[in-house]
Amino acid sequence: MTEFLQQLINSLSLGSIYALIALGYTMVYGIIKLINFAHGDVYMVGAYVGYACMTHLHLGFFESLIAAMIICTILGVLIERVAYRPLRNSTRIAALITAIGVSLLIEYTMMYFVGADPRAYPEMPAYLTGSFEVGGVIIRNQQVIIIGVAVVLMIALQFIVKKTKMGKAMRAVSQDPDAARLMGISVDRTISFTFAIGSALAGAAGVLVGVYYNSINPLMGIIPGLKAFVAAVFGGIGIIPGALIGGYVIGGAETLVSSIGYSLFKDGVVFAILILILIVKPTGLLGKNVKEKV
Amino acid sequence: MNLRRRTLLGATAAVAAVGATTACSAKPGGSGGSAVTGDTIKVGANYELSGAVATYGQASVDGITMAIDEINAAGGVNGKKLEIISYDNKSDAAEATTLANKLFTQDNVLVGMGPATSGNFKAIIPVANKNRVPVVSGSATADDVTWDGSTVQEFAFRICFNDSFQGTIMAKFAAENLGASSAVIIKDNSNDYSKGLADAFTTEFENQGGTIVTSEAYVAGDTDFNTILTRIKGQSFDVIYLPGYYSEAGLIIKQARDLGITAPFLGGDGFDSPTLLELAGASALNDVYFTNHYSSIDEDPTVQDFIKAFKEAKGAEPSAFNALGYDVGKFVADAISRASELTGDAVQKAMAETKGFVGVTGTFDMDGHHNPVKTILVIGLKDGVQDSSEKVG
Repeated sequence: MTEFLQQLINSLSLGSIYALIALGYTMVYGIIKLINFAHGDVYMVGAYVGYACMTHLHLGFFESLIAAMIICTILGVLIERVAYRPLRNSTRIAALITAIGVSLLIEYTMMYFVGADPRAYPEMPAYLTGSFEVGGVIIRNQQVIIIGVAVVLMIALQFIVKKTKMGKAMRAVSQDPDAARLMGISVDRTISFTFAIGSALAGAAGVLVGVYYNSINPLMGIIPGLKAFVAAVFGGIGIIPGALIGGYVIGGAETLVSSIGYSLFKDGVVFAILILILIVKPTGLLGKNVKEKV
Repeated sequence: MNLRRRTLLGATAAVAAVGATTACSAKPGGSGGSAVTGDTIKVGANYELSGAVATYGQASVDGITMAIDEINAAGGVNGKKLEIISYDNKSDAAEATTLANKLFTQDNVLVGMGPATSGNFKAIIPVANKNRVPVVSGSATADDVTWDGSTVQEFAFRICFNDSFQGTIMAKFAAENLGASSAVIIKDNSNDYSKGLADAFTTEFENQGGTIVTSEAYVAGDTDFNTILTRIKGQSFDVIYLPGYYSEAGLIIKQARDLGITAPFLGGDGFDSPTLLELAGASALNDVYFTNHYSSIDEDPTVQDFIKAFKEAKGAEPSAFNALGYDVGKFVADAISRASELTGDAVQKAMAETKGFVGVTGTFDMDGHHNPVKTILVIGLKDGVQDSSEKVG
């Protein structure tokens, strides 16, 4: 029982990170039907910004987290402006290939500047490194902070989408960009805003992972990026609550597979879930079947 | 075996074809490499000076040049000075093979040194055998480098222990010095080095009457080990054997200590990097032991003299690769001085007959498989710093 609860804590921490990254995938897809494969690399850049802030500028955890979110926001908007906007009216495959190109560009530019070796985050203050025990289950403060930060950011996102004018514009653009434009909504600005929010969340996830695992490298975005993509598809790509559920399900599945002794299969199981969902319910868990008009 | 020999011959033939255009200076019949005339003896260094494992090659060459400089300053070998011809193989096996051809057929070196890694060293062995030039690696630790279980690579030698020896010694250390009777293994399933060490450890630990409680696996590049560690935590055991590289080992040790696992961690020479301390943090690196070629806190005068001389020459603390490189240089000079004549065949014979060679990384005899029979160091860490070192084996 103790072991089960301990594994539950492990899976919630992992799931929170996937959920934060998956939100960016799902929002971008929801609004312009583009799978932004560079998203995992924005997460990596976030981790390095956090590292630079803590190691060189000696900022605290929360200041670094905010700095990483700001830098990633700028990066996200820049990627959209430079790489995707000129292709807005091209085929979807062209945009997809560009996304892969941007991903590789970010990875290897970063590797050129920081080297390929993994780096460790600096020594963390006690409120981050400490842990406490509840009935034999060791809970680390970092895990509480990861889950806490993730939940706060998700609530903030939900608020933005549901209650603000910009959120209303996002929902309108995702339904029908042309009609939205006719209603006086600036589609370009709305899309930039979506990239900004998604990238900020990915940046936050990067710093959280840096603090949690204490090891970052220029290729760290690839696998979590792909898994977050699976999470987004699982929940129904384009649907925000779906990305959350997907993130926790993928985190949980991965932990479950390792915890019964098949740690080598954990990545395989995640991608098996992707295949299964695409066969059984391609629209994802929360997706509705929308008939295309001919 | 026949098949294997045929592929080997095939590889040699291919390599020979590449070298054929430049091979005009090789002695006809290829018997005995090139004899040395004049006052200098040329030796080749074929190392990873750039590329993925550049630090290994650079550190080895630093050690070699230091050894050769010392020998030349003391009058050389039998009155002749040694001259190093050094090339960069860019951490690439194909490049290493091309350079080996160049060294053995154009530059006519008497002996080849390097490459540092097992894969690159294996790639040049056929060239060495064909040209009958002995080659020595200081750090190719894969089990099958000089002997694949049936054939000895006639002209290849190494002066480091092999991987399965590390596992065996660590199992003995765990049973005898730590009194362990049960162990958990966490290995890197994407890595032959790790699997080889784990197998050797298991065999010896069970011979000593111990039991392997459970065996967990990960893949290089993983960062989240909480799940497998939580599984382990639920079991009772005395030690954890973790034969991996420092980048994952550092994280595993840190996460294990965070989860409250206090059992000693045991590992191999893959732990030997300052990055281990960075990743795990000093407070996690207690009760951590690993097998290594050399330790700077070894009180042996040979070691301390070397450290002092190296600091004077290069202004830095020597690493294990510096020490291994230094021993390669000394070993080569020693074999040349004992050879009956200055030909590849004679030096090869002298190398194979080495007895009681005293190096910084240990004293050894060469066995019939061209592997040294040497002791190994078990280094213990305290707060991330080397605190104890013990010779075993």
